[in-house]
Amino acid sequence: MVSAESIVQRGLTKGEEKMRELEYPYDSEYLYQSKKKIRKQLLAELDEQSCLHKKIAILGGSTTRDIKLMLELFLLQYGIRPEFYESEFNQYYQDAMFPNPELEAFAPDVIFIHTTFRNIVDFPALGDSAEAVDAMLRKEYQKYENMWKRLADIYHCVIIQNNFEYPYYRMMGNKEASDVHGKVNYVTRLNLMFGEYAQKTANFYIHDINYLSAQYGLEKWSDPFYWHSYKYAVCVPAIPDFAFSVAKIIKSVYGRNKKAFVLDLDNTLWGGVVGDDGVDNLVLGHETSAGQVYCAFQEYLKEYKSFGVLLNIDSKNDYENAVAGLQHPAGVLRPEDFINIKANWEPKDRNLVQIAKELNLMPDSLVFVDDNPAEREIVRGQVPGAAVPEMPQDPAYYARTIDRSGFFEVTSLSEDDRKRTAMYQENAKRAKEEAAYENYEDYLKALQMKAEIRPFAPVYMARIAQLTNKSNQFNLTTRRYSQAEIETLAADRDYITLYGRLEDKFGDNGVISVVIGHKEAEILHIDLWIMSCRVLKRDMEYAMMDTLAQTAIDAGVKEIRGYYYPTAKNGMVKEFYSLQGFDKIKEDGQGNTEWSLQLADGYEAKNRVIAVNGAVRRES
Amino acid sequence: MTREEVYEQLNEVFRNVFDDDTIEVHDETTANDIEDWDSFEHINLVIAVEKKFNVKFTVGEANEMKNVGEMVDIILERMPQA
Repeated sequence: MVSAESIVQRGLTKGEEKMRELEYPYDSEYLYQSKKKIRKQLLAELDEQSCLHKKIAILGGSTTRDIKLMLELFLLQYGIRPEFYESEFNQYYQDAMFPNPELEAFAPDVIFIHTTFRNIVDFPALGDSAEAVDAMLRKEYQKYENMWKRLADIYHCVIIQNNFEYPYYRMMGNKEASDVHGKVNYVTRLNLMFGEYAQKTANFYIHDINYLSAQYGLEKWSDPFYWHSYKYAVCVPAIPDFAFSVAKIIKSVYGRNKKAFVLDLDNTLWGGVVGDDGVDNLVLGHETSAGQVYCAFQEYLKEYKSFGVLLNIDSKNDYENAVAGLQHPAGVLRPEDFINIKANWEPKDRNLVQIAKELNLMPDSLVFVDDNPAEREIVRGQVPGAAVPEMPQDPAYYARTIDRSGFFEVTSLSEDDRKRTAMYQENAKRAKEEAAYENYEDYLKALQMKAEIRPFAPVYMARIAQLTNKSNQFNLTTRRYSQAEIETLAADRDYITLYGRLEDKFGDNGVISVVIGHKEAEILHIDLWIMSCRVLKRDMEYAMMDTLAQTAIDAGVKEIRGYYYPTAKNGMVKEFYSLQGFDKIKEDGQGNTEWSLQLADGYEAKNRVIAVNGAVRRES
Repeated sequence: MTREEVYEQLNEVFRNVFDDDTIEVHDETTANDIEDWDSFEHINLVIAVEKKFNVKFTVGEANEMKNVGEMVDIILERMPQA
């Protein structure tokens, strides 16, 4: 066992130290001044095998050069290696609206349109009628909508668009907010229209510089020195914050969000030590300022549940004391809000790894929150990749640290996200049921599983794209697809696509498996095979293969080829095709394997426990 | 602070900004003498110098100073007295 003290004394290795330079609360000034040096370090330590390569086009309405450089650092930190296209100064509109062979050849994955208040050309004059102001507003908005539509048509990629920061001057003062001629009023209306477009458009995201500039301080943000000297619409010292904010959207789109909290209890969720002080003496509740602070933090954390972030406890406590603390009358978080409560005397890093295992998540998708610096150092040292935010001294600022870190930046919210905690709780019930059966197949049958396995359907496109970007473990080829790509190949007759949705008597797991294959002559090549680890060992992969084989046979396919490309995370599916009855036909020095299944003599179905597409389950 | 002392610290700033430990600036040094000193790096430099000496350049000064000597003149004139 490694003690907290020994790790603190040993200090961090150089690599780990570097990683933390780009974590909130980073030193913006240092990042800006040392960006070249940091870039070199990040590139040197980049894990080529697991990083994503993404092409990012920045279409700017003002200078973007340092925005690009800082964005690169934050993306590298997220394991995304960017390649950039940068429009000439203020050429965003021309680049978007006119034939652009250079941008077409670049084939961006992401287009970021960096426009600001400085790019708004017309503003209402005091004499204009309300109707004239409306018309002007629609015209300004239409210019942007035309760009977004044209870009989406040509590039089928993710589009990120700044909204507008508030004006730097207010000739009318406060009236600017309410009068239709006021620039504050005008910008507010324009921002609402941008937001409405985002609500109804997939792959389109607003980068909220209206909020960001307020957070930073509008007066500093719009410092005329940087505009008049270098045509930067964002003051240079704010560029690290700006780039971090854009990077959060991109990493979220590409599935690099964290998925769960692992929380300490004593002096993190309440003041005091429940085992020593007793429940009645904890600092928690609205009677004192200090107690309010912890209530507020609990409220903040509880809200994460509604968009699918899982809450867990990792505390050095007797279990009974931990649960008693969570039942404190003034508390907001309750024992049932948590998926997993580890309250024991094991080292915290071991508990954390165990929580990850029980949730079927990688440890690096967890966020560990603990007031104790020694515990944080242990987890940092023992669990590479897990987020361990540096918590401030004063618990009143805990929520701010979590919030600004952007671990859970939301870019899409599926039905699945909203129901996630319930689904994991259903899994706990399944585990109990499993214990009641001696024969595993009897247990599977008792679950009364029903699956829907069909070609990609429009309602599931967002979830399918999300899965292709989030699945790391049960993923044979680790290919990532944007929603636009998913839609394109769903319509392609040379492709066979299947999604799998599974429910049972305890609840609906939603869409949890995706398969993509393409036909070449009489061979079907499987490009992608993924499954959520939430439904491991339920025989869903056999039901998927049965449907795939039948679909392939119906399409005249004589042979299926499967591919396995090893990564740091997908070792669990190394023998997947072997278990499915394929023969290995190729293996190279990197462990990449190719597999074949002959269909000429028919195919024997393997699933005996799941009823597929309304069929009655086959009894053996 | 003497002109020599300003130069001592200014060299540090230049070396850091341009990531080159051999840089030695003097009154006549201009952007032409340092390979990476383009208009983009100029902003980097101005911010670093302002920070180091706790001074502010006006928009006009920041963009129109002819050589490092002019920069040092402004620093000496404006620097808070120790």
